[in-house]
Amino acid sequence: MKRAIPLKVTLALIPLAIACMAFGIYRGEVATVLAKAINICMECIGLD
Amino acid sequence: MNCYSCPGALGSCPIGSMQAIFDGRQREFAFYVVGYLALIGLVVGRFICAWLCLFGLIQELLYKIPTPKLTIPTKVDKPLRYLKYLILIVMVFILPFFIRSEYGVGEPFFCKYICPVGTLEGGIPLVLLNEMLRSTLGWLFRWKFFLLIMCVAASIFIYRPFCKYICPLGAFYGLFQKVSLIRMNVDEDACVNCGKCARTCKMNVDPHTTPNSNECIRCRECVNACPMHALSMGIGSLKNNTVRKQEESL
Repeated sequence: MKRAIPLKVTLALIPLAIACMAFGIYRGEVATVLAKAINICMECIGLD
Repeated sequence: MNCYSCPGALGSCPIGSMQAIFDGRQREFAFYVVGYLALIGLVVGRFICAWLCLFGLIQELLYKIPTPKLTIPTKVDKPLRYLKYLILIVMVFILPFFIRSEYGVGEPFFCKYICPVGTLEGGIPLVLLNEMLRSTLGWLFRWKFFLLIMCVAASIFIYRPFCKYICPLGAFYGLFQKVSLIRMNVDEDACVNCGKCARTCKMNVDPHTTPNSNECIRCRECVNACPMHALSMGIGSLKNNTVRKQEESL
């Protein structure tokens, strides 16, 4: 059975995704995510 | 969908946080969130949609209400599936990045103007419990409430309409379906082309011809339905090659 895209492509992209996350963590984006997660976003619930 | 109202959002609130970083004053690319979503997509694809999403579950439960079900014609259904990609590109990426207030801050356009999930899981409970918030209700809440009602009503007659046509998170994960580690596989030798898998699939995917379609949410209903056990979900050719080698050596 043929696989459309080889597994090695997937295995090559995973470290890239992790590197992307690591760069984001280095830039302090986690704090933004946490702030978004713990504060009520009035826009999200429809209160402007 | 992970919005702020879900405890999982503490780690990575995908759509909301992506916009929060895009619409920030620094106008930065959301490497952490995009990287996280890409990682999930690369490992499991849209498996999240079928097995973890609360709003997906709500839609499934609504669909179980015994009513006649609507079949959307292919000529309408197929182009409408692209709407979620348009929403992803325009409302999640472009608008929060480029449209700014006088203070240099953008808005989470998808969350604010479209997403019914935050309204259901956060807005309505908060408004019911908090009198002060009730006094702030305006046109935006009415609009979001209207969209929620439409979504709930549609879910009774159409299977997962939000997932099929609107959800930008599903659209994003769908991009990784063909490259994800965990995949749907078809054993061509076992398949007898009976079409049962396609008839079983409520996302209108034909698992035999497009097993890793962007629209497949990997619910495994087709795997369970296949009378020849020709469909499987696993780490693709790794699993099948191992099985084949074992068979050849016997």
